[in-house]
Amino acid sequence: MYTIEGKTGKWELVIGLEVHCEILSKSKVFSGASAAFGGEQNTQVSFIDAGFPGMLPKVNEYCIEQCVKTGMGLNAVINKYSRFDRKNYFYADLPQGYQISQLYHPIVGEGFIEVTTADGTRKIGVERLHLEQDAGKSIHDMHPSKTLIDLNRSGVGLMEIVSKPDMHSPEEAGEYLRQLRAIVRALGTCDGNMDEGSMRCDVNISVRPVGETGLRARAEVKNVNSVRFVMHAIQVEAERQIDVYENGGTIRQETRLYDSENGETRPMRTKENANDYRYFPDPDLLPVVLTDEYIENIRKNLPELPEVKKKRYIEQLGLPEYDAGILTADNETSAYFEAAAKGHDAKKVANWVMGDLFAYLNKECLSITKSPISAENLGALVGLIEDNTISGKIAKDVFVFMIETGKTPAEIVEEKGLKQTTDTGAIEAIIDQVLAANPDKVTEIKAGKDKLKGWFVGQIMKASQGKVNPAMANELLNKKLQ
Amino acid sequence: MTDLVNLTIAEALDLLNKKEITSVDLTKAHIAEMEKGRVLNAFITETPDLALEQAKASDEKRANGSPLGALEGIPIANKDLYCTKGVKTTAASKILSNFIPPYESTVSQKLKDAGTVMLGKLNTDQFAMGGSTLTSYFGVTKNPWNLDLVPGGSSGGSAAAISAGLCMGATGSDTGGSIRQPASFCGVTGIKPTYGRCSRYGIVAFASSLDQAGPMARTVKDCALMLGAMAGADDKDSTVANIPVPDYTKALTGDIKGKKIGIPKEYRLDGLNEDVQRIWDKGIQLLKDAGAEIVDISLPHTKYALPVYYIVACAEASSNLSRYDGVRYTTRVDGNSLDEMYENTRTDGFGDEVVRRILLGTFVLSAGFYDAYYTRAQRVRRLIYNDFVEAFKQVDAILVPAAPTPALSAEDMKNMKPVDVYAGDVFTTPASLAGVPGLSLPIGLSQNGLPIGLQVIGKHFDENTVFQVADVLEKMANFDKTPHRVKG
Repeated sequence: MYTIEGKTGKWELVIGLEVHCEILSKSKVFSGASAAFGGEQNTQVSFIDAGFPGMLPKVNEYCIEQCVKTGMGLNAVINKYSRFDRKNYFYADLPQGYQISQLYHPIVGEGFIEVTTADGTRKIGVERLHLEQDAGKSIHDMHPSKTLIDLNRSGVGLMEIVSKPDMHSPEEAGEYLRQLRAIVRALGTCDGNMDEGSMRCDVNISVRPVGETGLRARAEVKNVNSVRFVMHAIQVEAERQIDVYENGGTIRQETRLYDSENGETRPMRTKENANDYRYFPDPDLLPVVLTDEYIENIRKNLPELPEVKKKRYIEQLGLPEYDAGILTADNETSAYFEAAAKGHDAKKVANWVMGDLFAYLNKECLSITKSPISAENLGALVGLIEDNTISGKIAKDVFVFMIETGKTPAEIVEEKGLKQTTDTGAIEAIIDQVLAANPDKVTEIKAGKDKLKGWFVGQIMKASQGKVNPAMANELLNKKLQ
Repeated sequence: MTDLVNLTIAEALDLLNKKEITSVDLTKAHIAEMEKGRVLNAFITETPDLALEQAKASDEKRANGSPLGALEGIPIANKDLYCTKGVKTTAASKILSNFIPPYESTVSQKLKDAGTVMLGKLNTDQFAMGGSTLTSYFGVTKNPWNLDLVPGGSSGGSAAAISAGLCMGATGSDTGGSIRQPASFCGVTGIKPTYGRCSRYGIVAFASSLDQAGPMARTVKDCALMLGAMAGADDKDSTVANIPVPDYTKALTGDIKGKKIGIPKEYRLDGLNEDVQRIWDKGIQLLKDAGAEIVDISLPHTKYALPVYYIVACAEASSNLSRYDGVRYTTRVDGNSLDEMYENTRTDGFGDEVVRRILLGTFVLSAGFYDAYYTRAQRVRRLIYNDFVEAFKQVDAILVPAAPTPALSAEDMKNMKPVDVYAGDVFTTPASLAGVPGLSLPIGLSQNGLPIGLQVIGKHFDENTVFQVADVLEKMANFDKTPHRVKG
């Protein structure tokens, strides 16, 4: 169990996450306006989104479907009856003066996400998923005295996914978030890009001495926009709370802001009055009633979930759990991997994808869909190693040429004459040449310094410009030295 | 020419189709009447140029044999709650006093598509909150029957304009009686259709679960013609029923023999105005004479309708009016902070009655009071709904007064306590809460010569029976609709 050692003893963490996922959908949840990210300010705003008089929301059925799919990904109860409520508050980027949400009857009920950490695999409870609309954006730093408003985001559909207070370490919370992201990405219900704000996380955290069972007052830490920051925010906030308790203080329920630059949380400016959102059912919208047939139809067409895919990679492709986890983190990666691995050794392909390819993509800040090497070509490269056309070492060079030229590995091997030498006579000739050039080392080997063999193989590879099959070189070298 | 402003819509359509008159003739006559009738303050915005343009276009359609709308060439006006593209729409408020919508409400668009000509935008209580037009930022409308009296409300501008011959028909909207009560006060006819019959898209919202668009005109038949053009499914409003709209004029058979008409005992209030009681009794007798069967019924939860209505309507209004915040299209009064700007803008932009209802609504939704008021009110609303459903197992329609009094004096009303003013909605709010259709038509005059209307209430989506019964009642009552016309 994860604990933090304080002055007075060991402390345990209790963590719950509220994650807002922007629904992947062409249009907004209650208007026909585009929900695309990054458009020029105030160009994707309908009169509904801007709260004009007499405008009425109309629910986008595709957003409902996206919520149902996500609910299935969370192993959750799909509520056949759900309803919209208004959450009333005034803010300059909230044109209607209320947010349409689902307080009383959310579309998705209880579920869970399986999370694996060093401590094993646990089911983390999901409390609910509800559908709501996003607000616009207030921009405070573009004018000395005015606040500018961009309503492009106003009315974009959000799924708020609330976990139970089931997590007890930063790692577990981080893994829950990664897993959730993998699920929504696999289902195509949210792009999961935390840096663009399409997935946002609020962290609820409290601490208690090990052995205590009740829940203590929690802090809600807002504005944590990466997995790493979530884990760090939990760490620093837990330490802060422990420090307060151990110095005789108390923690009161409050909202805090995570400051990644200073590595701390600090209280948000609180107003004198507590917010009273005056929730009530939105009379402009009908309840959402789903039939069994509708639900089953979505279930039948559900794409393979990351957890299931991961199991398949482990059990059928023989990949280690670590590799399977990474390759199933999103649809694009798994699709690339599966295309590359077709007809080839899965583990070898996994090594190339996770090794050279990821290194290159990370360096260039490219997503896998922008890879200059197609999945088929990467598979073909592994194929050339498998059938001894080239050595693994030459393959690294071929890989670089593939990036530069976009050509197939076979073309490159042919053009550059990189085909591996398997002609015994030719290899023996190279070995003889190397042995003759290093008589002193030959003497040392014969005197029992076996380690030098590796050095000789290296020299042979060098002399052949890597074109000798290393296994053959090794075997023939041994014969010569006998 | 004066005759043209006394025609019913049906009569005018007949003359237009026979090419005896043109839409331009009809429109010019009404524009002249509108100018003469300015003393009534029925219009907030007059659009004579637009009207003539539309009338010309309509005449051209008739001349060259293009397909015609059901109301081709008929000059009407819209309550200033209906957003009209390019034409100022104020909701009779200061906060929207400069608002020009870039879109058209579905109902006013449907009326345009049906060939109507729009003369302008009619006065109403501010955000439709009131029963007199006294809460309008643009001043009270005067009752054509007596200029000291209110025309009723909130659709008071519509009722007065029709009564005085300034337009042939008008849109109204009814949340708790806002079509039926002014119709009674001004001696015109108006129907609040079933909730969900007409789209609310583009109508400035007061209380979304109650607001319903409806027509007002001089006769039952004119209302039937207008509602036929206004009603129907709308992709932009999820609360509109996706069911066919019948040709309501076909329901006007003139025969109601054997129809069962319910008279609810709960509407027989102690100390009910004698004139109203007399007219109600007269209506009952007329129906009997027409061969209908009068059935005593009970709507047991009627007495709760008024408080339930004010809780639900104010709760929804408090939220619906949040969008008028000074940030976008409304008037704005600056402040030193965002909150101060909100306070200044809304204090300046809303009238007292609107503020009162926002405060009431905010209160009943607030933490700690929500269950006691809002949740309980919703439960009682369900009981009121059930009352009607049960009653309609016994009867085809219900006949009750439209208002507890004839039109009141504007001066008296200014000094009334708000709750006493609210009590004027006692006969109209039950049907609003139940969502059933109710039509108000004039039956006779009070001792003082003021019109008094009765209300025919029908089953959900059975406007046909409502029209059928009202049509017979209208013919038998033979009410002289001409008020002591005000000529300037």
